[in-house]
Amino acid sequence: MPDAIDLLVLGAGPAGAAAALAAAEHGARTVMVDEALAPGGQVYRAPPMDHRQLGQRALEPEHRDGEALRRRLQCSGVEVATRHRVWSLLPGFRVHAIGPAGHRAWVARAVVLATGTTERVVPFPGWTTPGVIGLAAATILLKSQGAVPGERVVVAGCGPLLAAVGAGLVKAGRAPVAVVDLAGRGEWLRALPAMAARPDLVRRGLGWLAALRRAGVPLLSGHGVVAVEGDTRVTAVRIAPVASDGTPRAERVARRLEADALVIGHGLVPATEATRLLEADHRFVADAGGWIPVLDDDCATSVAGLFAAGDGSGLAGAAAARLQGEIAGLAAARHLGQLDEGRYQHTVAPLRQGLARARRFGQAMARLTAPRPAMVGTIAADTVVCRCEDVTRAEIETAIASGAREMNQLKAWTRCGMGPCQGRMCAETAASLLARHVGGREAAGQWTARAPLRPLPLADMVGEFGYDDIPMPEPAPP
Amino acid sequence: MSACPAYDCAVVGGGVMGCTTALWLARAGMRVVLLDRGSLCREASGVNAGTLTMQMTRAALIPYAMRGWELWRTTADWLGMDVGTRVLDGLSVAYTEAEVGMLEARASSRRAAGAPVELVDAARARDIEPGLGDGVRLAGFCPVDGFVVAYLTGRAYRGALLAAGATLQEGRAVTGIDPVDGGFALGTADGGRVEARRVVLAGGVWIQEMASWLGVRLPIQCLVNQLVVTERLPPVMRTILGVANGKLSLKQFDNGTVLVGGGWQGIGRGDPRDGGAEIVPENVIGNLQLAVHAVPRLRDARVLRVWLGYEAETADAMPVVGRLPGFDDAWVIGSVHSGYTSGPYIGRLLADAILERELERPLFDPGRLAGR
Ligand SMILES: Cc1cc2nc3c(=O)[nH]c(=O)nc-3n(C[C@H](O)[C@H](O)[C@H](O)COP(=O)(O)OP(=O)(O)OC[C@H]3O[C@@H](n4cnc5c(N)ncnc54)[C@H](O)[C@@H]3O)c2cc1C
Ligand SMILES: Cc1cc2nc3c(=O)[nH]c(=O)nc-3n(C[C@H](O)[C@H](O)[C@H](O)COP(=O)(O)OP(=O)(O)OC[C@H]3O[C@@H](n4cnc5c(N)ncnc54)[C@H](O)[C@@H]3O)c2cc1C
Repeated sequence: MPDAIDLLVLGAGPAGAAAALAAAEHGARTVMVDEALAPGGQVYRAPPMDHRQLGQRALEPEHRDGEALRRRLQCSGVEVATRHRVWSLLPGFRVHAIGPAGHRAWVARAVVLATGTTERVVPFPGWTTPGVIGLAAATILLKSQGAVPGERVVVAGCGPLLAAVGAGLVKAGRAPVAVVDLAGRGEWLRALPAMAARPDLVRRGLGWLAALRRAGVPLLSGHGVVAVEGDTRVTAVRIAPVASDGTPRAERVARRLEADALVIGHGLVPATEATRLLEADHRFVADAGGWIPVLDDDCATSVAGLFAAGDGSGLAGAAAARLQGEIAGLAAARHLGQLDEGRYQHTVAPLRQGLARARRFGQAMARLTAPRPAMVGTIAADTVVCRCEDVTRAEIETAIASGAREMNQLKAWTRCGMGPCQGRMCAETAASLLARHVGGREAAGQWTARAPLRPLPLADMVGEFGYDDIPMPEPAPP
Repeated sequence: MSACPAYDCAVVGGGVMGCTTALWLARAGMRVVLLDRGSLCREASGVNAGTLTMQMTRAALIPYAMRGWELWRTTADWLGMDVGTRVLDGLSVAYTEAEVGMLEARASSRRAAGAPVELVDAARARDIEPGLGDGVRLAGFCPVDGFVVAYLTGRAYRGALLAAGATLQEGRAVTGIDPVDGGFALGTADGGRVEARRVVLAGGVWIQEMASWLGVRLPIQCLVNQLVVTERLPPVMRTILGVANGKLSLKQFDNGTVLVGGGWQGIGRGDPRDGGAEIVPENVIGNLQLAVHAVPRLRDARVLRVWLGYEAETADAMPVVGRLPGFDDAWVIGSVHSGYTSGPYIGRLLADAILERELERPLFDPGRLAGR
């Protein structure tokens, strides 16, 4: 039997946690679900147990903020269900999850989705070689395991995570071979005015850069990776100067960096599986990371009682995620009748101001990582786009030429997106390739979202049972 | 309407039924337009389980299904593309006394209808399917079985239809049909109008709505079937496996993924056809339990995707294929149990009827169900 609750919050990152705390404070019976071991999401990801047991101070400010957040949640009325994967979300808000003790189900009067992002990597020859990992994934490695991906690491891609990961590697005693940034100096300069909104974060960024400089790490801006060498393991990374659309400049020669690992990321993409599953309206906004749910000022989606916040509703960074989450939580409390209009407006007004400020900074950062559609045009015909199913660009182009005009037909005809990552890795590339032929991303459409939201072990799904326990329907007609 | 409509026939709905009918009409030299509101074969005909099983086909439809099975095996010849068809042994097992009774009755009626179904004991069933778990009491074995990779259907038909000279209008929903002098005028959602001498309604679960455009009441129930697919696994089974009550349909594709079906139902919010059907998590779990009971090694797999498809069913669970009552030149095709299996055959039969050729087998008169 499902538990009846007021509010279910999916995702315990800065957005989800703020939403849950705000709603619970106004009396909403709130459950916050996350598949991670502890609340915190990506930025406030909890450090490994042994670090904490050793009494090591968490040195990064995120660790401090994360610990504070976890303490606040402990003393709040929020029920935190970590290590629970939500696999199905149905209207009327019936939510199904699987956790360490098996199935859990809730019926919630309102839902806040704060599911964060997935990483975009535009394929290049060798991108599936062992030793190539995502830039965001590398932050998890560094944060949650204190581990480094290799001895000689090249860090490449775009956005602020480049310097963060580079500096993280320096601190871990493995200064990277180079930090390779797609963005030219000009792009960073253009971001400067907005960055002034958060001098503290600028200071941190400058700190990372200084750390890299002190360690003698070359910082190559306006460069991109053109190929990775090595069969069973990365042996070298070839890089070349790129134009502002991200495509290699043909007239300039590539350089070869010997390395055993490449950390690379081309930005983040809002994780909209859950909002799509519930059939909320979406729109395509390249600067916000791609497809995002349509939200009003109260973080409400087009589905009554369904709210969304954080990077999953459009990239704007952790500070904005927290403020937006709080607004979503308050709006949910208002929706539930637990917060009257006057108090609601009074409470959200300053949050909205803060959000506008935080967004200026966050969106400027996001713009540095916005998709550069021309890059997919340079993907070689025999380069794999969907790594789960081994689908190359050439196969995708052939299917388009045979008449696939939207994403779902393209998927059916190629298997692109049908593998274990459920299309999270290749959707962006496939859609960008299709968009070139059908007149844009809107026309290309999106893959239909389906349960389960994450791959699910059958053993957990079925549990222990006997034949008589199976709820057998009526036999088929004879 | 102009003296000479642009098309000899307009087919509304591009599933396996509409595509097959359109294909044979075009090959016979008719000017054919096929309209679908989405992409070809993206409803039932692209999302179905692709099982070509005789043991789940209604006995009365076995002769049609046997011919369909044959056609699916030879798509390279008549459709111009291999759609991944595989011939596998079929096994339908019984775990309880009641299921044994059902199996015996079903096997004998299907055998009488021409399907080579043979009853075998548990040991023999295990030889045929080493992946089977315990508890089998009796099994029906049928070597006429197999699968098609259903999501390739549209790709194959699209190429064949274009090669045959048919006009394809995908992404074009028909919103109404008016009988006019010398034929029919179809209105489309984009405000357009298409004229044709004949019309074929091939809208899957939407043929009820389509018939109503012409004033005919054709009650069609909409089933919401759930399917579940796993990630790739090493070989865990080698047959098309079912349970006598029809509630399991299990197979492993060449790529290692295992498809679990059996007609477990999702539900609709209102009429599912109007948009909005949803999975029933308890039914997903029940279907998976049955699958794990049958093939215990599935317990180690992971589920990747659950989806829904709409299947049409009439009150007598028999097809509607033939003239729309009251019209000489309006035809309807659909609501065929295990209709994917027999689709290539039944669609061809309808084309033969429209072309006034002699029919190899009878159609299924819609008049028995229709009202005004
Ligand atoms: C891997 C990664 C690393 C990042 N590292 C940094 C960094 O170091 N510094 C920085 O400033 N920004 C970083 N970012 C950007 C960061 O995502 C955001 O700025 C910020 O975390 C957004 O907060 P959020 O609450 O919107 O989402 P997140 O913090 O991403 O939280 C979303 C949460 O939802 C959970 N979730 C989603 N779907 C389900 C489901 N079906 N079932 C259960 N749980 C689910 C996830 O487990 C996750 O904890 C990173 C992003 C990624 C993807
Ligand atoms: C989940 C599932 C599993 C199944 N498994 C099997 C199996 O294993 N073996 C088997 O033999 N059979 C199976 N079936 C049955 C089989 O799939 C169907 O009988 C068959 O595909 C029906 O084909 P159709 O052409 O009649 O309908 P559909 O394929 O549904 O085609 C109808 C078409 O009409 C179009 N349309 C609707 N309205 C309009 C409009 N207004 N204007 C224009 N176009 C319109 C739709 O877009 C659609 O493309 C299964 C069915 C389902 C749903």
